[in-house]
Amino acid sequence: MEEKLLDILERICDDEAVREDLEMDLFEEGLLDSLAIAELIVAVEEEFKVLLSPTEYEKEELSTVHKIEKILKAKGVE
Amino acid sequence: MSFYDGLAFFIVLLLGCIPAIILGMKEKRIGNYTILFSIGIIFIIYRETPLELFYLLLYLFLEWHLIALYQYSLRRFGRNKEIFHHAVLFALLPLVMAKLSGFIGHHWFSFLGISYITFKVLQIIIESYDGIIEKNGFSQTVAFLIFFPTLSSGPIDRSRRFEQDFARRWERREYAELLQKGIWKILLGILYKFVLSVIAYDILGRINGRYDPQYVILYAYVYGIYMFFDFAGYSLMAIGTSYIFGICTPDNFNKPFISRDMKEFWDRWHISLSHWFRDFLFSRFMTDAIRNKRFKNRLNAASMGFIVNMLVMGMWHGLTKDYLLYGLYHGVLLAVTEIYQKKKWYRRVKSKKWYQCISWFVTLNLVMFGFLIFSGIFLETWAVLMRYL
Repeated sequence: MEEKLLDILERICDDEAVREDLEMDLFEEGLLDSLAIAELIVAVEEEFKVLLSPTEYEKEELSTVHKIEKILKAKGVE
Repeated sequence: MSFYDGLAFFIVLLLGCIPAIILGMKEKRIGNYTILFSIGIIFIIYRETPLELFYLLLYLFLEWHLIALYQYSLRRFGRNKEIFHHAVLFALLPLVMAKLSGFIGHHWFSFLGISYITFKVLQIIIESYDGIIEKNGFSQTVAFLIFFPTLSSGPIDRSRRFEQDFARRWERREYAELLQKGIWKILLGILYKFVLSVIAYDILGRINGRYDPQYVILYAYVYGIYMFFDFAGYSLMAIGTSYIFGICTPDNFNKPFISRDMKEFWDRWHISLSHWFRDFLFSRFMTDAIRNKRFKNRLNAASMGFIVNMLVMGMWHGLTKDYLLYGLYHGVLLAVTEIYQKKKWYRRVKSKKWYQCISWFVTLNLVMFGFLIFSGIFLETWAVLMRYL
């Protein structure tokens, strides 16, 4: 799952840097914004068949690769 | 009497705060008292406009049933797009009626606060569809909708956040801190709204009606400063009052004039409004556009998303040429910003000091020009100029 998620994030952020540090704050680095989150929602929906909603999580809850992974795991993604 | 204006209001507010403070310091829940005092102050303020009071009560009656019925339908029939769209439409209907009936000289459904209360109802409906909210209790929902500090002009809170504070029993130490912050915010708000904004307003009066370029530029700047102190001051008073009632209403302004690009500006200016639009219009538009591949590429989709988002925000301010142009202007600016920030050159220079200085200066002037449109002076000057030519 991690590999698939990293593929998605790399495509959305258009930057390989997402792979380097999974604890990096993606908002602070300017890699994620509200537009990218919308893309992430659709990509996650298509790839993992999981529904996320734009207001379900606070920004801080989605700020690193690991945190996003944790959310997906909680939603039952293997 | 009106909200945060005049001695009478502040005396009533002061008296009303005393029981809240006593409850807070005694570590009791303030919620029930908040409802009671909200109802009381609403009756005092709307006393002079009974029709508005009637519309407000009718609105609450209708919207509470809309929320309850919609949530029932979700439990009974599951997520259904068509029902969802109808629910959104019904939630919007009173506001649309209020805005449109103005054109034929009526004020159907128009009451102080309808623009802001509509956001709250829509948030509940949309998050119910998303599956984040299952069921709203009657008293919490009514408390959320009529919470007097933010009833007439925000900041726009979110129901899930509000309900947590509403149900909370603050520890004495926590509440004392909240109280202190609240009083500080109210005092700062008074300084902003009744001193600084009044000074700016006075200057505006002196230069109004002069169309030489230097005066128009000055007008834009002073108007922007006036808008900031007026509305940030109002928001601070509303937030501070909320704190005293144990509700941490979110901040509305965060040093907007230091922004280095337009996206940052909308993260600092009228935050509760722009974040509402981001979460409930822009994000939805974007996910829908991407999912259904409505645009050739994501940049086109994003550009259209920004323009639609800001245009609707402009319409919400009022159905006039000035506000529509204001929305369009900001939409186009955000779209251009998005396209520009995807360029390699931007990524190379964005963290350089000299670049940030230039970027700040350009942003500030774009923002001030936006205020010139908002104030109505831009189109007025334009008309004068056209006549002259």
